[in-house]
Amino acid sequence: MQMQRQALRTPGGVAGRCPARVSCVAAPPTPSRTPASTGAVKRAMTMTEKILAKHSDKASVTPGDNVWTKVDKLMTHDVCGPGTFGIFQQEFGDAAEVWDPERVVIIPDHYIFTADPRANRNVDILRDVAQRYGIKYFYDIKDRGDFRANPDYKGVCHVALAQEGHCKPGEVLFGTDSHTCNAGAFGQFATGVGNTDAGFILGTGKLLIKVPPTMRFALDGQMPPWLLAKDLILHIIGEISVAGATYRSMEFVGDAVSQMNMEERMTVCNMVVEAGGKNGVCPADQTTFDYVESRTSEPYEAVYSDDTASYFADYRFDVSKLEPVVAAPHSPDNRKLARECRDVRVDRVYIGSCTGGKTEDFMAAAKLLHGAGGEVKVPTYLVPATQKVWGDVYTLPVPGCDGKTAAQIFEAAGCVTPAAPSCAACLGGPRDTFARMNEPEVCVSTTNRNFPGRMGHKEGQIYLASPYTAAASALAGHVADPRDFMA
Amino acid sequence: AKRASRGARLVVQAKVDLQGAPRVIRGKCFVTKDNIDTDQIIPAEYLTLVPSKPDEYEKLGSYALCGLPDEEYPTRYVEVDSMKTEYPVIIGGQNFGCGSSREHAPVALGASGATVVVAESYARIFFRNCVSTGELYPVETDARLCDELETGREVEVDMVADVLTDLATGKKYSLKPLGDAGPVIDAGGIFEYAR
Repeated sequence: MQMQRQALRTPGGVAGRCPARVSCVAAPPTPSRTPASTGAVKRAMTMTEKILAKHSDKASVTPGDNVWTKVDKLMTHDVCGPGTFGIFQQEFGDAAEVWDPERVVIIPDHYIFTADPRANRNVDILRDVAQRYGIKYFYDIKDRGDFRANPDYKGVCHVALAQEGHCKPGEVLFGTDSHTCNAGAFGQFATGVGNTDAGFILGTGKLLIKVPPTMRFALDGQMPPWLLAKDLILHIIGEISVAGATYRSMEFVGDAVSQMNMEERMTVCNMVVEAGGKNGVCPADQTTFDYVESRTSEPYEAVYSDDTASYFADYRFDVSKLEPVVAAPHSPDNRKLARECRDVRVDRVYIGSCTGGKTEDFMAAAKLLHGAGGEVKVPTYLVPATQKVWGDVYTLPVPGCDGKTAAQIFEAAGCVTPAAPSCAACLGGPRDTFARMNEPEVCVSTTNRNFPGRMGHKEGQIYLASPYTAAASALAGHVADPRDFMA
Repeated sequence: AKRASRGARLVVQAKVDLQGAPRVIRGKCFVTKDNIDTDQIIPAEYLTLVPSKPDEYEKLGSYALCGLPDEEYPTRYVEVDSMKTEYPVIIGGQNFGCGSSREHAPVALGASGATVVVAESYARIFFRNCVSTGELYPVETDARLCDELETGREVEVDMVADVLTDLATGKKYSLKPLGDAGPVIDAGGIFEYAR
């Protein structure tokens, strides 16, 4: 059924309410018998509950219910793909076929540009299984010396999923990666699972899932010019802790969210797992539809939380009052104001990953660098998440920067040349990984985790930050507040 | 439960092999604190090892918990020259197994010879992976065992009576029942259980 979508802005105030309103063009059929006898009484549900109810063919579900959910898409990459298919083959047998070869997306991205023979072998294994099972979406890479010589290769899986039109409102996506929750930005249920669960999905197209209760985060007010989506999620994680959302869904609503573009919403949902969250969601609106419909013509149906749905907790943030923050070593919830960390000398800056290596992230960093002028004081590593992001960095003029591209601005500021797109040093990786921290240094990074050893060296100190804060810190040579460098 | 080999292709070491005995495990414990994330359990550079390949499964075990910072954890979980651990019981604080979804984490622990973790709370993907793979029992407790016990103490984890006993002092601590997760791990994971 087609839904006419009109996102109306409701002024400021109703606590925690999603401002988008939807009017139906076609009404659902009304039952002729009384609700009590048809069992068609529907509990008011949150959007996460509704998605899982629909996918498990239930009229309604309650948090805590264990349900068998149908899966729309399964994603895997080079680290977990071989193991996942290994389990699939062991358990379902050599003759078994994948439940739907058009619903599996295989994206090599983690350990790509390395001489490590096992890492390279893992990509070969993916190629073999993609061929064996007729997997439609396999973003292969063969020529490691020149990423651009590989027309199918994309880069970081979560960004590629969005860019290739695999993320759609109302759908269920599982991935063998904890940051699969990134896709919740599209108003879908998306979460990470291990190889065994993924192997099960490969054979059956379903998974047993416990319905999570939803915590709602209303982000209201006007975003100050020095604040980015990364600051918002770091604030939230700092507020509730790394286990504050364990087993729960995190729903992000409010003016600040509806005014974000899709990449900013992804940044927020990406780090839901860092609070222990099962999944994150943003209600779909015209911004979502425009993004999705320019990348796929496949149908979808957005769902929205009922006004009277029950939430486990309600949080409210007035974003206009927030300041740039960092997550100091060694936990994503170790929130500190950037301006209170100016005494922290920095050895390097890293801008990349699914969290902070998207086009918008590079645009932001470039904008700050251009506006401030001057050169970075420390090695500043740039890793565009995907081939497309890399292209944007080299071709798109950065708004308000005299027509210069991000690449030109980075070069003028003395940053390291943008590297081949992949996960690179976000999680360390093989020793020869680009920008891996092989010495105990202090790094400001736009990535998602800073546990001991995350980027390589066990004694490395990682400060998680927004692209503005990272760029400012690169210019300063110490942890810096973006306002130090903005007019 | 031992995993049957399919043809000559797959011979994987036993997961938690109780050999039909009740769910009681005795041995030395290794104590960790809060928020032990999966990068500390198995650093990312070892993720090129594929858990479904038997020889790489064993190798993963040799790296179990090698990501723990040296200063806080002077005793290694698996000795430098060894593939297996002396500590079948791991004690944890809150949010054990947080971070990445990598199934390599419970697999590395199980492959090294860990049989049970006893912690205050778990991150959801890690907990789920323990059950699905059957690699080790993720037991919860309200007691702050990581403050009470030390690495090397002999303990008995009784998952039938839901009690952990410090064999040196005789002190007993209450454990939460595993519930439905127990039989799945007994069987060796969800696939084995489903059969």
